Amino acid sequence: MKKRSWFQDNWLALLTGLIVGAAALLLARLGNPGNMGFCIACFERDIAGALGLHGAEAVQYFRPEIVGIVLGALLAALCFREFRGKGGSSPLLRLILGMLVMIGALVFLGCPLRMVIRIGGGDLNALVGLAGFIVGILVGVVFLKKGFTLGRAYGQSKAEGAAFPALLTLAFLLSVTGLVGLFRSSESGPGSKRALWYVALLAGMAVGFLAQRSRFCMAGGIRNAVMFRDFGLVAAFGMVILTVLVGNLLLGQFGGFAFEGQPVAHSDGLWNFLGMTVVGWGSVLLGGCPLRQLILAGEGNTDSAVTVVGMLLGAALSHNFKLASSADGSAPGGHTAVWAALVILLLISLVCTFAKKKEGTK
Amino acid sequence: MIDARGFSCPQPVLMVQQAVKRDAPKTLTVLVDDQCAVGNIRRFAASQGYQVRVTEQGEEFSLELTK
Repeated sequence: MKKRSWFQDNWLALLTGLIVGAAALLLARLGNPGNMGFCIACFERDIAGALGLHGAEAVQYFRPEIVGIVLGALLAALCFREFRGKGGSSPLLRLILGMLVMIGALVFLGCPLRMVIRIGGGDLNALVGLAGFIVGILVGVVFLKKGFTLGRAYGQSKAEGAAFPALLTLAFLLSVTGLVGLFRSSESGPGSKRALWYVALLAGMAVGFLAQRSRFCMAGGIRNAVMFRDFGLVAAFGMVILTVLVGNLLLGQFGGFAFEGQPVAHSDGLWNFLGMTVVGWGSVLLGGCPLRQLILAGEGNTDSAVTVVGMLLGAALSHNFKLASSADGSAPGGHTAVWAALVILLLISLVCTFAKKKEGTK
Repeated sequence: MIDARGFSCPQPVLMVQQAVKRDAPKTLTVLVDDQCAVGNIRRFAASQGYQVRVTEQGEEFSLELTK
């Protein structure tokens, strides 16, 4: 067998990084908030707001990007015969982990994808977040190596696998046609800043399709580099930063690297760090970052669909109980929530690593 | 033989890594039900000097690793 070169194995991941970066630049240019061409956590938070799960008026909008990502992944999975209903691997724990990841992300103000987009935009707070994210991943990897598992998933019906993409699409159609005034929509604040819906939808679909094919994942990149010396996905991660940085320079909108005055960001270093520690740790336990959960949900994985629902609930909690940060800084409630999240992550990690071993030795 | 069906990434490739580290087997069969796991295991096995043959059986995959 001829040995495949590194590039042959990883060109698709690099291309995905390039397209994700370019799409993020485009969407921010066309109206999305600054350094927020894509942000899975923020956009799911906006959807939670549109659904009325929280009452923060500045962040309510049924973001077409999220729908596009799921539909793009669904399309890719159907084209390549990878769509299958699958689930049953600790759904409730995944729901809780999804909530924790969202709470951590909203203390930092971004998912791992927005973190790299922020870095490419010159936001140094995101570098602090990256350090926290890496620490979280490393802690998660320690438990993975000791045998952490959420258990096996089992085959489910196609209907079960299709339920989440179908429900999301239906809700989106109701929102976009405006036939019924069901959903809330921000008139000011980040939720009111938006690219044209069909451009956002198409950009999401392109990203979803490519990310499904390349298994693009922000947490998986660092994890695979540490655990298996496999650098394909982490290179894609770097590619997003590079694309966004070069793009911002070319578009003349790069204002240099700085901590202060960054769009939809704050400079509370400790909470940027710890918020992303929660996200990194939780994502490794879940087997993928928030973007990857959307992709898997599009492939028919109901455990990931449940995780996304957990993230919507986490967003609701964050805004209903004032845990989320704002551009003014982190909130006291968020500090407590991050400590609580770290304790819960530790408990879940310990129980799912060691309780299972005991069972195995019976 | 390793039965990694139903486990999500990175567990299947981790199970292979641990078996390779522990016993350094000349041959190893791995069952998975996920394309992502197939790719990950194939890359990891190749990096350890194994040849990999993949057989698709319905919705599952059998990977034969040989050195």
